[in-house]
Amino acid sequence: MPDTRFPRRTLLAASGAAALLAASGLVVPARAKGLAPTPTMRGGANNYRPGAPIVERIGGGGFWMSGSVRRAGDGAPLPGQRIQIWAHTTEGHERDWHSHGATLTDADGLFRLEMPQIVPAFGQAHGHLAYEGDGFKTVFLRPLMASPKDTSLEAHFVLEPA
Amino acid sequence: MRAALIWLAVLVLSAVPVVLSLASPLLQWRDPVYIAAGATGVLAMALMPLQPLLATGRLPGLGGFRGRRLHRIIGALLLLCLLLHVAGLWITSPPDVIDVFLLRSPTPFSTWGLLAMVALLLSAAITALRKPLRLRWRLWRVAHLGLAAVVIGGTVAHALLIEGTMEPVSKALLSLWLTAAFAGSLAAPLRHRASARRQG
Repeated sequence: MPDTRFPRRTLLAASGAAALLAASGLVVPARAKGLAPTPTMRGGANNYRPGAPIVERIGGGGFWMSGSVRRAGDGAPLPGQRIQIWAHTTEGHERDWHSHGATLTDADGLFRLEMPQIVPAFGQAHGHLAYEGDGFKTVFLRPLMASPKDTSLEAHFVLEPA
Repeated sequence: MRAALIWLAVLVLSAVPVVLSLASPLLQWRDPVYIAAGATGVLAMALMPLQPLLATGRLPGLGGFRGRRLHRIIGALLLLCLLLHVAGLWITSPPDVIDVFLLRSPTPFSTWGLLAMVALLLSAAITALRKPLRLRWRLWRVAHLGLAAVVIGGTVAHALLIEGTMEPVSKALLSLWLTAAFAGSLAAPLRHRASARRQG
């Protein structure tokens, strides 16, 4: 006669443990977690000039600011989004109007704007970017340059519908 | 000869960082107000090492009353430098300075600067009010030295963390010089202070 007690006890223990685990929330079913929106950085909005014009290039150029704009959740690239860029550069202070310019993202949600070389100001070599538009919540970024000699800087936006 | 060497060392240690910061390449991209704002900060830091030396009468030719009178004059100069430093930064970029006062600045060095500023203002206040408030000398002295330690610590942290006009090596040496001058004066023989007190 086969001994069925042991397998039965194992089955009960295993199913009990599984039920406990499921109830505890330690194990969650696989689901699309989604891309979290980018939070605004401290000081990101400083010297922002709402509505700065879309430009081919800020000043004489020589430095590249680039990045991407995606939608929170599914991460879909967002074309045609307006990004304002400004910094303290070799051609002016952050507060100066001519230090500001905006650009639009392309079909892949990417943007790239040439501007004058960013130089350290207020203790750090940094740039400023703002997403400005109606469809999504406003986000201000303040990325730092690894070295003040860098000639490019990247910043990436994940936007949350407004 | 010894006096001349001490003065030469003091002058070099304090003046070289100032001169080098005034030769910074960053200045070519800053307007005069912003340049002055940075320079007054550097100047204040360079004047600070003189303070403990003057208070304890360690500088040749400036012992006793003359040293302490100059200590007060430099104290007033530090306040003036502080005012010009903050005002110049405020004019250059108001939102950045407001962030510092509201403790929400992205740059930790600015909070160290704020701490040094508050301690310097408090130190000046208790000194100006020592007689009207009849503060006991011993109590005032402990408070003044405690606040001085905060001013110096805050200033050194503030300066070292900044990527600015100061040349890094001279900035580190000035930080050491300032800390050593203060620590050395704290360890000054008590009779120095006692005699300073009698003459004051």
